[in-house]
Amino acid sequence: MEEISNGILDEITGSDYKYGFYTDIEMDQAPKGLTEDTIRFISAKKNEPAFMLDYRLEAFRHWQTLKEPKWAHVNYPPIDYQNIIYYSAPKKGPKYQSLDEVDPELLETFEKLGIPLEEQKMLTGVAVDAVMDSVSVATTFKETLAAKGVIFCPISEALQTQPELVRKYLGSVVPHTDNYFAALNSAVFSDGSFVYIPAGVRCPMELSTYFRINAANTGQFERTLIIAEEDSYVSYMEGCTAPMRDEHQLHAAIVEIIALRNAEVKYATVQNWWPGDKQGRGGVYNFVTKRGICKEDHARISWTQVETGSAITWKYPSVVLMGDHSVGEFYSVAVTNNKQQADTGTKMIHLGKNTRSTIISKGISAGHSNNSYRGLVKATRRAVNARNFTQCDSLLLGDKCGAHTFPYIEVGNRSSVVEHEATTSKISDDQLFYCLQRGIDMEGAIGLIVNGYAREVLNKLPMEFAVEAQKLLAITLEGSVG
Amino acid sequence: MLNIKNLKVSIEGKVILDKFNLEVKAGEIHAIMGPNGTGKSTLAAVIAGRDLYEVEEGEITYLGQNLFDMPVELRAREGIFLGFQYPVEIPGVSIANFMRTAMNEKRKHLGMEPLSGAEFLKIMEEKKKLVDIHDKLTNRSVNEGFSGGEKKRNEIFQMALLEPRLAILDETDSGLDIDALKVVANGVNKLRRNDNATIIITHYQRLLEYIIPDYVHVLFNGRLVRSGGKELAKDLEAKGYEWIKKDAASI
Repeated sequence: MEEISNGILDEITGSDYKYGFYTDIEMDQAPKGLTEDTIRFISAKKNEPAFMLDYRLEAFRHWQTLKEPKWAHVNYPPIDYQNIIYYSAPKKGPKYQSLDEVDPELLETFEKLGIPLEEQKMLTGVAVDAVMDSVSVATTFKETLAAKGVIFCPISEALQTQPELVRKYLGSVVPHTDNYFAALNSAVFSDGSFVYIPAGVRCPMELSTYFRINAANTGQFERTLIIAEEDSYVSYMEGCTAPMRDEHQLHAAIVEIIALRNAEVKYATVQNWWPGDKQGRGGVYNFVTKRGICKEDHARISWTQVETGSAITWKYPSVVLMGDHSVGEFYSVAVTNNKQQADTGTKMIHLGKNTRSTIISKGISAGHSNNSYRGLVKATRRAVNARNFTQCDSLLLGDKCGAHTFPYIEVGNRSSVVEHEATTSKISDDQLFYCLQRGIDMEGAIGLIVNGYAREVLNKLPMEFAVEAQKLLAITLEGSVG
Repeated sequence: MLNIKNLKVSIEGKVILDKFNLEVKAGEIHAIMGPNGTGKSTLAAVIAGRDLYEVEEGEITYLGQNLFDMPVELRAREGIFLGFQYPVEIPGVSIANFMRTAMNEKRKHLGMEPLSGAEFLKIMEEKKKLVDIHDKLTNRSVNEGFSGGEKKRNEIFQMALLEPRLAILDETDSGLDIDALKVVANGVNKLRRNDNATIIITHYQRLLEYIIPDYVHVLFNGRLVRSGGKELAKDLEAKGYEWIKKDAASI
């Protein structure tokens, strides 16, 4: 294995690239593979400022010195990083002319989720009728935000309009040296969201990637940067409950959040990417680095996630509690079914005094899946009176799945208090029979029980997201019992 | 309504019920009594459709249909209600949400529109009064942290909402103080109509002071050894099950 990857490294770093590829700005797609030329191509395509190209190249050079991490409780065949296309221009025009051309199974799921027809078309890439004017919706949306001074745009746009802000904060929470996938993302990221909330502003609406019309096709290496100035507030929603099929197998995103004095950022994710078929073939590998920093006193950051998709999930949304009295929260529901694997959790790094963090993790495993919670709670010597409460629950459906918990606790002072509670339970036959006897069918029963189990976390989601997430949990577990 | 003929039921090779016959007509209340371990709860579970048991012989028809052809949830939607001896907890699921789901499943089966939130709340308040529930029980998770009495009252409340044709109350009186017992009995009496029927499974005669059955059956070692009117319960109370055991030995 090592030899092979060294071989690849040699090939990449040594001599000229054998396909004789040079930057051609007119091309819609970069050739397969990853070299410095690929990165120059991406940066040139996006007309990026020089600092961005330098940053990418530095990340790339660092990435070449790294080895893919193997510590996560997941298994997958080696990824051939030279067999990936790292840039392709967003597709223009609809993929399909009508819904009849779309996979009926996908449509059935939309039906169960109760997604309106026009929305289904948008999600599957069917040409949208002129009736639903998404452009005007987005425009109204932008005007409302602009009136408050809020910036919400693709990060590629921010690099043109707000280069200094991006330069100041990009990589400040997740440096390119952070880990293998962070280095890769920093080198090749395609696009993502940029959010800036000015001091004293309470963002007037939930920001959702859904409303950012060109959010589709941001590709596999998404990069998000959220900056909340003093006394500001924003709630951000990523993803959607609709199943996302994607030809890209490897996804390695980075999300960075900066919360300054007394600012509050809530970040909610519903992730429902293609998990592969029942035998575990295909499916997205989701290796994400998400981290926020409460940079100044009294800042608050909360992560809420509902993870139902992807073949492999490797994700630890974290908070660095630097400011005194700052607060970090992590609420998670991770569901795995069939052959899915999830290794997810959080890191709460207490640096400031009187900092607090809460972790509520609900893992649900079914089929032959594996679901691991991995979390670090760290309080440094300076972090006097830091407090953490962790509750980590696992629910098993059937007897062929696995639930694992890997809590790490490091406390460097005498005044901090760290609590960890963990439970493992099963959906019992008695519970199912009780529901059936009241006339609720098996799928409905599992849906009810699972949603009840996850309620604490679902309650943290924005309202309309929560309703969809509930249906999603039930659908994900269809056919997993009985 | 319910007709059980020559039923033989076993679990892991051990016969629990044998040569069991029972007919229940609309408007009737039947009490099935007997010492512990004689198959009373098995009977309730088999009618409801629990798959832990093997039906070796016999048949059960319900409203003219072969009960064994109907899956558990269909039996429920067709009006069979089991009041559980040990109701399970379903954490995080409120009783209101649970019951609204159940009622709407039944309505869907009957070709009716689902209840809106407001309609459901109205019905829920009515039924709460009917079974003397005045507290916030319905906001709590199903049976979670309930006392024994609260669990049983919750079963009766669910019965009131679902308006079953055939209700089977499995040891609903066990572990109840006299006040809770009255609430349960009162609920059953108020819900009694001439188009529904109730089977009360009980160990003690106590509940039958408040609910007057039309028939009393005594189950012993998997067989019905004696059937009679309400006075049979009194005899049992007076003479104890030893009397029946001797009786059974002679059969």
